[in-house]
Amino acid sequence: MVLTYGAYGGRFVPETLIPALDELEQAWNEAKDDPAFALELDELGRAFGGRPTPLMRAERFAPDKRLYLKREDLLHTGAHKLNNALGQAVLARRLGKRRIVAETGAGQHGVATATVCAKFGLDCVVYMGAEDMGRQRPNVERMHVLGAEVVPVEYGTRTLREATSEAIRDWIANVETTHYLLGSCVGPHPYPELVRELQAVIGREARAQVVEAEGRLPDAAIACVGGGSNAIGLFAGFLDDDVELVGVEAANAASLGSGRAGVLHGARSSLLADEDGQVLDAESISAGLDYPGVGPEHAFLRDSGRARYVQATDEEALAAFRRLAETEGILPALEPAHALARVADLDAELVVLCLSGRGDKDLAQVTG
Amino acid sequence: MKTLVVYLMAGRDAPELAEAAVAGGADIVEVGFPFSDPLADGPVIRRAAERALAEGMRTRRCLECLAETRARVDVPLIPMTYASLLEAYGYERFEADARAAGATTLIVADLPAGERPELRRVQLVAPTSTDERIQIAARHTDGWLYLVTVTGTTGARERLSPSLAGLVARTRAFSDLPLYAGFGISTPEHAAEAAELTDGIVVGSRAVEVAEDGPDALQAYVETLRSAIGAGAIIPAR
Repeated sequence: MVLTYGAYGGRFVPETLIPALDELEQAWNEAKDDPAFALELDELGRAFGGRPTPLMRAERFAPDKRLYLKREDLLHTGAHKLNNALGQAVLARRLGKRRIVAETGAGQHGVATATVCAKFGLDCVVYMGAEDMGRQRPNVERMHVLGAEVVPVEYGTRTLREATSEAIRDWIANVETTHYLLGSCVGPHPYPELVRELQAVIGREARAQVVEAEGRLPDAAIACVGGGSNAIGLFAGFLDDDVELVGVEAANAASLGSGRAGVLHGARSSLLADEDGQVLDAESISAGLDYPGVGPEHAFLRDSGRARYVQATDEEALAAFRRLAETEGILPALEPAHALARVADLDAELVVLCLSGRGDKDLAQVTG
Repeated sequence: MKTLVVYLMAGRDAPELAEAAVAGGADIVEVGFPFSDPLADGPVIRRAAERALAEGMRTRRCLECLAETRARVDVPLIPMTYASLLEAYGYERFEADARAAGATTLIVADLPAGERPELRRVQLVAPTSTDERIQIAARHTDGWLYLVTVTGTTGARERLSPSLAGLVARTRAFSDLPLYAGFGISTPEHAAEAAELTDGIVVGSRAVEVAEDGPDALQAYVETLRSAIGAGAIIPAR
């Protein structure tokens, strides 16, 4: 098997999907070398998405550091997920697929997918765990208004893990008409690479912006990691530089911190799994981090030592959420609140943090 | 002579159920080693896997279950599972221990043809498989080819998939091996129709459901499939 990232990655899927993955890989390889594709995405990102997103100094939140927030929360739909959804929607059109399926945890990827489907006139079905539908109600309502069908997943932990399984099963059943718009840098090849490249705009912009503001590269780049797409997008801008890369996982969903090698949702990666390879439950206040797997490239970066991964608890994330609101006038999503919670521990002085989404969706949980 | 393959989930009752399936006319028994996140499976087998895991059916117990089944029946036994179990147990060790426990070969639902060809197993081909992939599967498969009748997951369907005939024709062009059709076959009518086109059929989800009513119910159900597809093949287990 082609293991894309060292010992990680690959394609652990039923035969039915292999031709579709080959087709997607081919379309992606053609698109990424096609200047027209880049031009179209840049224009969509600018006019529809609001790119470039600002890089903002957070002086009151972190008075002892020079902390810059990459404001993906200001991207249209309120999170970095739109970068990937736009790119894959353009790819789906190139593939001639008129129906889109997606999974969502916090609902941000579901909203981004529903949004691009509305814009491109595609049918949209989003699988979402019933537990997440309860705790992320505003996003469910947004998806409905955007014309998407939201299918509740009622078994297991009723979160992102089962939603992803059901989206893949739908794709298996409808693969000839349907593109699976996977929301993170997980899943079978070529998804981890595809999502990483579509999110790399975060790191490209942040690198140029911090150099512009400070005249130098940052000491560290930090982001939260569930599946890991905003982190891999940020890291992509600094991988070849002397910049410390730090990923922050939810303490009880630490696939990198306390996981082992295993196979979930089509890829070999680091997972919360037992010694028999059975996947264990994750647990986090943040629906977007509440996932027992992680993108294979993160597992590779951990093993190689290029990035390090730490954890934040629910309480630490909630405290950081409140502190950013009170000191900077920004409600962060609970996911990047985990990254915010670890900033003070960094030795680094000049830090770029990916504020991957806004927190309006989490208000009920924070105040409840 | 058409082959009847019956799938059962590993569990406390599996050896007795396998015996009933063979008494009813099954020529081969697949024994599901449950996985927590089985992407190729519909709700019936997913739920059966959840129950089996809750009962403690981890890899070691599944291998014991296989050995206990082997002690009761002489037909070929085929563990069917997912790559995560082999990753954790070790591919070579899994194959060796499964064969020692009485397995004839293996099926790994999410390890597509061409990957780890050294692991001897039955390969699956699907209606979406290209001719090139059918040839890879035919080259690497162990004994027979598993034809997935539907573009979809396991589970009963109202009708036999219209994709099967085309898939059989395309596969026959590349292979003289026996072709057994599975996924979506649940009634004697489906069984007869699919067996017309192929060398045999695999029944999974419906067998797992009927098995919940015990060995007598399973035997009676398998008998209806057997009589629908005609007298059985004699396949040596070893």
